[in-house]
Amino acid sequence: MSVARFWRKIPQRYNLLGTKCETCGRHFFPPRTFCPDCRRAGKIVDHKFAGSGTIVTYSVIHTASEQYEALTPYVIAIVKLDEGPQITTQIVCRPDHAKIGMRVKSVFRRIATDGESGIIHYGTKFVPVE
Amino acid sequence: MRDVAVIGVGCTKFGEKWACSFRDLFVEAGSLALKDAHLAGENIDAMYVGNMSAGRFIAQEHIGALIADYAGMATRHIPSTRVEAACASGGLAFRQAVIAVASGMEDIVVAAGVEKMTDVEPGISTDALTGAADREWEGFMGATFPGLYAMIAQDYMHRYPLTREQLAQVAVKNHYNGARNPIAQFQQEITIDTVIRSTMVAEPLRLFDCSPITDGAAAVIVAPLERAREFTDTPIRVLASAQASDTIALHDRRDISTLDASVVAGQRAFKMAKVTRKEIDMVEVHDCFSIAEICAIEDLGFCKKGTAGRFTADGETALGGKIPVNTSGGLKACGHPVGATGIKQVCEIVQQLRGEAGKRQIDGAKIGMTHNVGGTGATVAVHILGRV
Repeated sequence: MSVARFWRKIPQRYNLLGTKCETCGRHFFPPRTFCPDCRRAGKIVDHKFAGSGTIVTYSVIHTASEQYEALTPYVIAIVKLDEGPQITTQIVCRPDHAKIGMRVKSVFRRIATDGESGIIHYGTKFVPVE
Repeated sequence: MRDVAVIGVGCTKFGEKWACSFRDLFVEAGSLALKDAHLAGENIDAMYVGNMSAGRFIAQEHIGALIADYAGMATRHIPSTRVEAACASGGLAFRQAVIAVASGMEDIVVAAGVEKMTDVEPGISTDALTGAADREWEGFMGATFPGLYAMIAQDYMHRYPLTREQLAQVAVKNHYNGARNPIAQFQQEITIDTVIRSTMVAEPLRLFDCSPITDGAAAVIVAPLERAREFTDTPIRVLASAQASDTIALHDRRDISTLDASVVAGQRAFKMAKVTRKEIDMVEVHDCFSIAEICAIEDLGFCKKGTAGRFTADGETALGGKIPVNTSGGLKACGHPVGATGIKQVCEIVQQLRGEAGKRQIDGAKIGMTHNVGGTGATVAVHILGRV
């Protein structure tokens, strides 16, 4: 991912900064700038998510693309944030520890490195709460 | 709107074709289809080409013009258009060709699909395929394409009865059919043991739950039904062409293990064709992973939600079953050159309806269906074809 492409989403990736439609109250992460329900009547504002949620489904990745190979086996999951939206993320835990329904909270982690001399991508992963 | 018929089909053998270039592949498929329709290049009015990612796989864009050129059409200046919807590119190219003929704008139109995937390292092809999902919010987090379908499988197995063995049976059945298809990439039968002992890719999906990396091309020729007999004694009528879309990311779906786009495209197709599910003699569904076939036969309404595992284990989707699924071997055994798959599905159904499917022939087949998925269900194309 190019520097500009990563850099422009730093607030969202580092701090779970999404959006919210003030017209209908629906929350968006990943952020949307257009509310699919209210359409042009929607009023989109930034919203910082609290960072807690529940695992909806998950998998343990054993075969990854190049950038993520060193991490295998690692847990990816769809987490339903308490405010409503669902996101795809990694769970930092033993691969056999992840469960559907598990409560998780957000942590700041390194995601991947763009080659040996490229930029380091940071972002939000989740850890089990208990 | 005019009625449309398929008057010719052609398909290369699928596989790791290191000796064949991108150009070799589509020229071969196109020539086979023209020969099948007793046509020459000068009869062609337009072309639509399904291709997902030539830019990543062979660093070549502008595929529409390239194909027209190497098919010998450059001096005739026919319109040639590339269509892209990830793994559903072929299905959409076919639909565009059908629309062009139905509208009356064009008469004889080629719908082709081609993908040359083995010119890059496996890591690069895996990454290119991840582009079928949401790059910024799925791929960036380390979700591979098998990983996304694995999450569908985990959700499904958490909510419905589906055993590891029943899931494996999808691949076993598709390899059985592939072993009876001369163009299939894998023509060996396998057992449930083969699947559940293979390398883990993304839990619970193992290597034999996944479709392979494949080179291949397929082409079909469509014409107005009223002219079809000029070219062939066995025209196959296009009874329905439907397409639906959904959120690009799996995490934004209403239900993780239902592809709403499949449900909607299926309903639209049945309504347009005015046929019922019971009238379908066989269906080619998009089994990029074993779990995808489980979801597909439920989403299209061939069995109830949560019952596809038993339905499959009971042999209802096998060649002699209630509704034979993926008689070609599907994406799993026939291979999955992404852009070509949707067209290959049409080729298979046409061969079945003409009674030319050899050892995998469904006796007396009259109506067949194709189901082609892009990404994890963000695009779905469904077609229904019938004997005239």
